Amino acid sequence: MNVILPFAVNFALTCFALAMLCALIRLLRGPAAQDRILALDTLYINGMLTILMLGIGFGSAIYFDIALLIALFGFVGSTAMAKFLLRGEVIEP
Amino acid sequence: MSAADVPLWAALPAALLLICGGLLTLVGSLGLLRLDSFFARIHAPTMGGTLGAGCVLLASMLVSTALAQRPVIHELLITLFILITAPVTTMLLMRAAILRSKE
Amino acid sequence: MKRPPVVPLLPVVLLIVWLLLNDSLSLGHVLLGVAFALFVSAAVRRLRPLPALPHRIHVAIGLCWRVFLDIVRSNIGVGRVILGAAQRQPTIGFLKIPLDLRDPHGLAMLSIIVTGTPGTVWSGHDPTTNVLTLHVLDLQDEDAWIHTIKDRYERPLMEIFE
Repeated sequence: MNVILPFAVNFALTCFALAMLCALIRLLRGPAAQDRILALDTLYINGMLTILMLGIGFGSAIYFDIALLIALFGFVGSTAMAKFLLRGEVIEP
Repeated sequence: MSAADVPLWAALPAALLLICGGLLTLVGSLGLLRLDSFFARIHAPTMGGTLGAGCVLLASMLVSTALAQRPVIHELLITLFILITAPVTTMLLMRAAILRSKE
Repeated sequence: MKRPPVVPLLPVVLLIVWLLLNDSLSLGHVLLGVAFALFVSAAVRRLRPLPALPHRIHVAIGLCWRVFLDIVRSNIGVGRVILGAAQRQPTIGFLKIPLDLRDPHGLAMLSIIVTGTPGTVWSGHDPTTNVLTLHVLDLQDEDAWIHTIKDRYERPLMEIFE
């Protein structure tokens, strides 16, 4: 029975929540479209880390699959939006 | 089984790694707010994406290994995936920003 | 010149990914993973006509360690820049570096290393002149950056892939 790991989990969860708040402010405020995409990219990485942190906190292995899925779909989404900015089209003929 | 049942040999380094990872990610996202141009801001989230994620995933590996009492290393998959894919998005965004700033 | 035996990279990586994903080493999963790896690498062969042929694995391990150290160091550097941003905004700038590396897999690895390290982003490569455009967050000393890229990363990558 030690308290150090639950403390660290709570501390890191607070950090990630603040980090997601920063990314959210940039997402809402960002002057250009690329700022918003960058903020969204940061937001999903932070969200994935938060899910992993919940997995550590509850000692459950199910959260791993959720984190993997968020990583996969977040990458696809950010890349599609960045490609759209770059070429004006996501899937080119 | 929860975080309080983890033995001390795994809990101590995992807690240290979690605190490091949380702080790194927080500083990286803070950079999004504090730096004043897009070309400076694009460097900030890389911090959370590389070392921050690496610390958290290593801690997750330690804890699940200690809880299952056998080596559980499938978090390596997420680490590898993030390490390979995060630069791709950053590069595409960089080229898009260069293109858009020329117009 | 005698070349060391070359391991086909894609099937081996796919097998490892399959085993990690299922988190087991039982015979059934190994057999299924081998079948899956062979099938997928046969299926994508027409998409990627150029197989990656890395040799000199010890150079690759040394490179990984060096990249890890550089990531830690530049994380600290970028963190310091962000926390001190109120006093001084960083001097950002582009840098043109002529490269000698020609192998596409080596260039891909170099781009991932450069972009994965905080503080530098790969922002363009001209395939005809082989000149890399690099974007640096805190550009103080141009020669030091060119030296870092060329000596620390490019030379080991040329040894591995060429």
